[in-house]
Amino acid sequence: MQNKPRDNIFMIKIEQLHKSYPIGKESLHVLKGINLEVKEGEFVSIMGSSGSGKSTMLNIIGLLDDHDKGKYTLDGELIQSMDEVKGAKLRNKFLGFVFQSFNLIAYKNAWENVALPLYYKGVGRKERKIKAMEYLDKVGLKPWANHLPNELSGGQKQRVAIARALVTEPKVILADEPTGALDSETSDSVMKLLRGINDEGMTIVVITHEHDIAELTDRIVLLKDGQILSDEHTSTYNNKIKK
Amino acid sequence: MKFLFDKDTWQEIYGAIRKNKGRTAITIIGVMWGIFLLVTLLGAARGVENGFNRMFGSFATNSVFVWGRATSMPFKGFQEGKRVRLTLSDIDAIEQELPEIMMTVPRISTNSLCSNGFKAGTFEVFGDYSELDMVQKKNLVYGRFLNKTDILEKRKVCVLEEETYKQLFDKDEYPIGTMIKINDTNFKIVGIYKKGAVSIDSAEIHIGYSIFQQLYNRGENIDYMFVTANEGTDIVQLEADIKLLLKNIHKVHPEDDRALGSFNMGKEMEKVTSFLTGMQFMTWFIGIATLIAGVFAIGNILLITVKERTKEIGVRRALGATPRDIRNQIVMESVFLTSIAGMLGIIFGGIVLVIIDSLVGDEPDAFMVNPTINIPIVLIALVTLVTLGTLIGLIPAGIATRIKPIEALREE
Repeated sequence: MQNKPRDNIFMIKIEQLHKSYPIGKESLHVLKGINLEVKEGEFVSIMGSSGSGKSTMLNIIGLLDDHDKGKYTLDGELIQSMDEVKGAKLRNKFLGFVFQSFNLIAYKNAWENVALPLYYKGVGRKERKIKAMEYLDKVGLKPWANHLPNELSGGQKQRVAIARALVTEPKVILADEPTGALDSETSDSVMKLLRGINDEGMTIVVITHEHDIAELTDRIVLLKDGQILSDEHTSTYNNKIKK
Repeated sequence: MKFLFDKDTWQEIYGAIRKNKGRTAITIIGVMWGIFLLVTLLGAARGVENGFNRMFGSFATNSVFVWGRATSMPFKGFQEGKRVRLTLSDIDAIEQELPEIMMTVPRISTNSLCSNGFKAGTFEVFGDYSELDMVQKKNLVYGRFLNKTDILEKRKVCVLEEETYKQLFDKDEYPIGTMIKINDTNFKIVGIYKKGAVSIDSAEIHIGYSIFQQLYNRGENIDYMFVTANEGTDIVQLEADIKLLLKNIHKVHPEDDRALGSFNMGKEMEKVTSFLTGMQFMTWFIGIATLIAGVFAIGNILLITVKERTKEIGVRRALGATPRDIRNQIVMESVFLTSIAGMLGIIFGGIVLVIIDSLVGDEPDAFMVNPTINIPIVLIALVTLVTLGTLIGLIPAGIATRIKPIEALREE
């Protein structure tokens, strides 16, 4: 990575990315030449209505799916069609996921859920617990460490999920509709939490279809029909809308 | 293999199993029942086999006993109803004709009044050779059986069956060396034996053949002959050969089936053996079939579990679990469940065998003796079970590894 210093400026760099899905004999062209650069420490939202291709973007950025054409560089590492094992390792190392429906494991309590990525990273049990507790404390849920997910409120669950995303100290946090299942008040507090994490230098990419949420980030990438419609700072974007 | 000894692996498995108690219990019961049946049935089969062996164990199983009766057909000028009297020369004749005979032991018997002081009774007295001990091993309580010198020197010694001894002696009175009167002649007791559940004689008192011959004036006539064949002889064929030969000697119609009585130990034993073989085959069949059904049930339940846990598996994959991690976990869950179930089944089977054993007791005619199962068989069953558990676990594990995180995480 050191011999490619130019790429290091960007945490995520996507050039001319294409992706299509086969549907029967037809093929659905979802992403039609995306160019996107995200610097380290940015707080970006990718916005678009359903069918705009934002979920596909997330899957590709999140290494959950591979792309057909184009170039994707994550933290200076060129991502090419990779096997499942390598994908798993890179996800574990670079990325933290936050999902709409939290996706906590129902039979594990809060700290065990937070500690799970560390297990797959091969961290010892004692250290796992210390780290998990540290991050639970960070999201303000230390007293709930031994509670099962169904004993927590929606906002609390999402905080646990955020702690889980942070625990491996990833390069990028990918949040897929992180507030989709929350009321507006809890949504705000979750977004504030993400803002705080961003202030500490973490790169965060939020996928959402809500303007209110997108407005709480620094930069909005508007996606429509598999192409980037606009890519502006939030203030500029807001001004445009008001006009 | 490292993951096997990793505490964390087991913690993950323990977590998944503990949190799904109902599912785990049902899974375990299926396999447990299978191995429980196998252990219990095999143990019971062994018990029955032991029981039969104890009943027949004292016999040389390739023996046939022959005695003379009355003819039912006229032949060569003789009326029907002629008494067939076997003699010592018959023994020489059949031994000469039939080389597969290992030995032939004659016997003569009569009822006699016997007394020990004031205690007296009429008992059946047998004149026997010491070789009788080789046809049916006597289970001696005290002393010894008749020996060659007793016969040769016409010693006045006798061996009592335990019941006879009880009738002629006080309780706990040591009989060896005491004299009893048989037909007004004093005989010294040299041994007491206990009759088995299956016995060739209703014998009560045995004395030497030679002294019997002299005392009762029997001459060459004998009452029974016990023929023991060499190893590997077809005892049924031998019985027919002996009878035909004897009929010839005694001028009996060859098709007269009532002139000679016989009891074929080998034939009886064969029936029992084939019954036991059949029973054991059935036991294995039932046990293994149930085991396989149980293992399939585990596979089935894990398969459902994998479907149920699609999302969980997807999350794990998104958090950095490799397909191998997922596969190992599912397979280990299967192996763990089958092993636990197997061990529980063996333990419960063992307990049931212990209960059966204590219920049946240790009576001499108990139909079951020591219902046990060999440790190697148990271990083989357990290893087979765990292997099957692993193999069957691979099916749901394979499906689990094919789950792509995006599919699992797609919002419904």
